[in-house]
Amino acid sequence: MTIRYPYKGEGAAGFARFGDSHEPAFLIGLYFSMLRIRRIEEEIERRYHQDQMKTPIHLVIGQEATSVGCCAALRQSDLLYSSHRTHGAYLAKGGDLKAMLCEMHCRVNGCVGSRGGSMHLIDKRVGMAGTSAIVGGAVPIAAGAALAAQIKGQDHVVVVFIGDATTEEGVTSETLNFAALKKLPVIFFCENNFYSVQSPLATRQPPRDIHKWAATYQMPSVAIDGVNVLAVYDAVRTAVERARSGAGPTFIEAPVYRLRAHGGAGDDSHTGYRSELEREAWAAFCPVKLWGDFLLAKRLLDGASIADMQRRIEEEVHDAFEFALSSPNPVEADLYKHVYAE
Amino acid sequence: MPWDEGLVNSLVYDRPDPNEGRVMKYAGAINEALAIALEHDPAVFVFGQGVDDPSAMFGTTRGLQQRFGPHRVFDTPLSEEGMMGVATGAAMNGMRPVYMHNRPDFVLLALNQLVTHASKYHFMDNGQTTVPLVVWAAIGRGWGSGAQHSQAIHGMLLGAPGLKIVMPSTPYDAKGLLLSAILDNNPVCVFEHRWLMKKDGLVPEGPYRIAIGKGIYRRRGSDVTIVGASHAIELGMQAAAILANERIDAEVIDLRTIKPMDEAIILESLEKTGRLVAVDTAWMKGGVCAEIGCLAAEKGYQHLMAPVARVGLPDSPAPAGYTLEQFYYPDAERIAAAARSLVR
Repeated sequence: MTIRYPYKGEGAAGFARFGDSHEPAFLIGLYFSMLRIRRIEEEIERRYHQDQMKTPIHLVIGQEATSVGCCAALRQSDLLYSSHRTHGAYLAKGGDLKAMLCEMHCRVNGCVGSRGGSMHLIDKRVGMAGTSAIVGGAVPIAAGAALAAQIKGQDHVVVVFIGDATTEEGVTSETLNFAALKKLPVIFFCENNFYSVQSPLATRQPPRDIHKWAATYQMPSVAIDGVNVLAVYDAVRTAVERARSGAGPTFIEAPVYRLRAHGGAGDDSHTGYRSELEREAWAAFCPVKLWGDFLLAKRLLDGASIADMQRRIEEEVHDAFEFALSSPNPVEADLYKHVYAE
Repeated sequence: MPWDEGLVNSLVYDRPDPNEGRVMKYAGAINEALAIALEHDPAVFVFGQGVDDPSAMFGTTRGLQQRFGPHRVFDTPLSEEGMMGVATGAAMNGMRPVYMHNRPDFVLLALNQLVTHASKYHFMDNGQTTVPLVVWAAIGRGWGSGAQHSQAIHGMLLGAPGLKIVMPSTPYDAKGLLLSAILDNNPVCVFEHRWLMKKDGLVPEGPYRIAIGKGIYRRRGSDVTIVGASHAIELGMQAAAILANERIDAEVIDLRTIKPMDEAIILESLEKTGRLVAVDTAWMKGGVCAEIGCLAAEKGYQHLMAPVARVGLPDSPAPAGYTLEQFYYPDAERIAAAARSLVR
């Protein structure tokens, strides 16, 4: 099989486009955040076969730059909504790892008390405001959150992560129309990873650029390199400024590649819906490695500092798993809590 | 369609005692509730297709945009699912939206947001979020509305946890229950009936609330219990009058809210009368009638002296013409016949 969806970015050369104005601590922080998400995901994946995490996981391995670059451009008070693939968004927005792993283990200390599992990691304290496991479900809700902010005169903005298939849902069209009409402070961030479960884009959409489709709703719509964390940060920052100024929504399309299956642990390219060649071609532009190598070349990182980061992350992840595994289960009475609000 | 206007206008209740409150139309009572909510709480906004048009949702939204501005009372694109999601997202973030539809049929387009999102978020995020959302629609019986403009969908929503459903039958209730719905911290569907819109009733001035989840006796009786909500109560009262002429003493219970349903009042009455007629403006299967019947079988079995009777819509879509409607929609006589069959 050939490569159906090649990587079309510039690789590390693309970083130069965004200048030298960033503080080293900021640049290193981006790397740490991406590395942390990657290692957490790898550890979840390593342990998944033990069957203690009885929840359908949707790993973001290969898509870390979008989560991290986007959230780096947001304040804590800005709101983030996402789909079922929540791990990266939750962690990048500042969600607590222990509470996340409790959720993965269906424990009562989970960020939503064991009601969410992997797909519904929510923590309003850090602006991780909501998720939906129905494709497109969070899109109008994010617009509603933006409408609330607009009516109340608050200056926070709302971002919703969507995928390529979300642009096929009617409600997404409805929401883009409404957001543009009302100039809502909302950013539609489309991670185009070319496959909806195992259905390729070409079987679902005519040949078109998703961002050009979105532009017909009379809002700025850009395509960026989704493995380039600086490109993501820059695009979101521009969109945030526009939204905060009251000028309205922005659509961002970021081609990325999930290096694992739609759900569960491991890759599933061998089943034939996409080629291993394609996956390998994208793996060569792994966003974490790409950015790490760039920082190494710039001498902002060295082997020792990376090893130190790794050690800190391993420790944190180990402790968090221990915490989750020793956390209590919910009890039957918990089932009836919060069905209705007081 | 003047013939039908005439029919609706003929359905005027007896004028109530004019010594309390003011006599006003049902639609006017809703308008007053919306105005009070908009005036008292800046978090409230009212939107929906046509809320600012000349017909103003049966008059329920008349003048509100002029009074409160286009940012708080506004028309929408024809995007039911999208707008239901917008309402949900706004409600999750401090607002109290009232999303109005001319017909419940259009709410069906938005069930993904209403049932799978709005009704579940409070549970799914372990109580971090509340969704104080009101979804309003008026059942559009008659007028040639047909299969797609006269549906009463409340029965199919009874099984959705997290949702409340209110169905007022009087102008007094329409105002008080709508204010309760707007003040409630959960998604609440308010289903009105178009045939009630021009009904007169006593309505006190200013804000007041009617408890959600509590029914009320509209008529006391000892032989048979007629229980339902909304326009079905109007028919139930007419049926009780017919039965009274035959020395059958019917009790009529207005549930006011069908979810949560006031089980206690139904069982209390059943214990007394031993006979139950469940009435509804919607299909009998899988709806309010079915739920009441099941309640009687489950918790009131020992009191039943006759089978439970259901009077609602048959398992058929609504026809568009008055020629078939006469067979489709139950009337007071059919409710009376059902009650009669239980007593004799």
